[in-house]
Amino acid sequence: MTRTIPVPANNRGLRRSAKKRSRALKPWYTNTSLVAGMIVIGLLIFVAVFAPILTPYDPIQQDLRHALQDPSAAHWFGTDKYGRDILTRLLWGTRVDLRIGFLSVIIPFVFGSILGALAGYFGGWFDTLVMRIVDVFFAFPFLVMVIVLVFILGSGEASIYLAIAAVSWVAYTKIVRGEVIVAKELDYVVGARLSGMSHARVLFRHIGPNVLSQSIIYGMSDIVMNIMGVVTLGYLGLGIAPPTAEWGSMILDGQEFITSHWLQATLPGLLVVVTSLGVSWLGDGLSEQLSPERRK
Amino acid sequence: MNQPDVDTAILGMSDIRKTYRLSSSVLQRFMKGSGRRSELTALAGVDLELRRGETLALVGESGSGKSTLGKTLVGSIGASSGIISYNGAPMPAHRDKELSRRIQMVFQDPYSSLNPRISVGSMLKELLLLHQIVPRDQVRDESIRILNRVGMDEDALTAYPSQFSGGQRQRIAIARALAVRPDVLIADEPVSALDVSVQATILDLFESLQKELGLSILFIAHNLAVVQHLSQRVAVMYLGRIVEVAETAELFKNPRHPYTRALIASIPRMSAESVNQQFVVHGDPPSPIDIPPGCRFSPRCTFAQDQCRKVDPTLQNIAGTVVGLHSSACLRAGELPIFSTILQRDGAQ
Repeated sequence: MTRTIPVPANNRGLRRSAKKRSRALKPWYTNTSLVAGMIVIGLLIFVAVFAPILTPYDPIQQDLRHALQDPSAAHWFGTDKYGRDILTRLLWGTRVDLRIGFLSVIIPFVFGSILGALAGYFGGWFDTLVMRIVDVFFAFPFLVMVIVLVFILGSGEASIYLAIAAVSWVAYTKIVRGEVIVAKELDYVVGARLSGMSHARVLFRHIGPNVLSQSIIYGMSDIVMNIMGVVTLGYLGLGIAPPTAEWGSMILDGQEFITSHWLQATLPGLLVVVTSLGVSWLGDGLSEQLSPERRK
Repeated sequence: MNQPDVDTAILGMSDIRKTYRLSSSVLQRFMKGSGRRSELTALAGVDLELRRGETLALVGESGSGKSTLGKTLVGSIGASSGIISYNGAPMPAHRDKELSRRIQMVFQDPYSSLNPRISVGSMLKELLLLHQIVPRDQVRDESIRILNRVGMDEDALTAYPSQFSGGQRQRIAIARALAVRPDVLIADEPVSALDVSVQATILDLFESLQKELGLSILFIAHNLAVVQHLSQRVAVMYLGRIVEVAETAELFKNPRHPYTRALIASIPRMSAESVNQQFVVHGDPPSPIDIPPGCRFSPRCTFAQDQCRKVDPTLQNIAGTVVGLHSSACLRAGELPIFSTILQRDGAQ
């Protein structure tokens, strides 16, 4: 292999065009939905992190003398029935809801994806077993299962994580399994095996990166689902215990004053919408960014 | 290295069979009873050898089992029965890393044979390190050498497959196969997905690989014209079996199987003269689920006689030739009329 091929005359043009083709990747900032999503989510993360600095009030400390105030310069969105500043509680609620929403996808994402990849790659009885279990979990609606599990496990953040993880891994398993089944027949995967690579190397280096994007994009919509789940639990009084600021319980508290102080119940709901929109944009942008075509 | 050593076959195939059981629904099975199970025969007993340092072309129409044979040889699918031997020793069902390195494959479609997320450089690096072809500090030099070998620049190292044209991708795919320093290259129709203008340059590349590196190449094609100038020998496949094997010049001059004649006659030519109708084959190949009795080509053969529909012929050496030069699986191989018109005209061009 030391000798070099005598380059035919017509190869010179070919070489030059290869050089010209090596363009850089399209910059990420031309991706509109990705930028929009990053701005929205960035802002939410900013207020969540700096909530204690941004407002002078305490989210839990009651001040009954100033209960149920209308919006004013001191309280931009008014106060609730215990005299707590609505804006402060919204910002502190962002901390809780965003954190649970994002963190709760990690365990199901990792566990579900790996299980799906193994099932799809090796097939056989293992695949059949995994998919039957997945079918059982799929038979129950997400929210109902989460509510039941949290009810059994008791309220609190840990049980919310557990409940969501126990229910939502199945979607990742299904998605990744399907993608792996398609990918393992591709010539480059077959070629990798023929080159003498181990199953683990083929699966995690050659198949993995090409199938994970679907899972990541689904994870983004899953964040929305999880935030909805947390808010629903809060609204039902099952999730985060009451004095803690959380959007769901704020809607619950505010709805008895909906005719007189409508901001109390509406604003947390609006924030849920904005957050969901931001995460969806982010997912959209990521799906575009992760497709190999964008490398052109 | 130009003169292949006739005595040593690097890859030997003996009675390779591959059948697929067709799954029928529970209801169908119940209706039919426990009678015969239907099977699809992709390979119906292939005997062939790839000699050290030669390019052997494997031709046949779609569905004849060429690709199945190629995949069986590289080990990506297992044969139902039969023995593949490498350097005289039978290959185990599960090949180890070292054995799989020896036989590499170049695929038909250069758009699916390269991982879109791995740059050419890291693809080569991974292979070189995996098999410890060169020490880590020489990986870059070796990668460049391989790329030059297939007619690419070192610029390609940092590029991703999507940045190349089909012909360039096929060069990179060949580089991928070469990186692990194989002895045998199985090329599964490596030019049929390419532009006609690029096909010749890739064929030239295969020729130089065989001549300069001494690689043994099994070149699968469905078009005889493609392999005419590339291969030393040609094997013709029909419905899962080799029907004729001969040295290339001999095969084109004196084809001894009606199917080979039809294949040669079907090569498009820049001539107003019509193709000799005697050698045109009509109809489609029979279904591999229901292979006709006797000679598998008999239903379409213009020379078929009663015995052809009863006796299943095997590959026999043509009488009067050196053993290994030319064999055919036609009962009437010796009686076929002289095959002259087409080739003579071709030679006059």
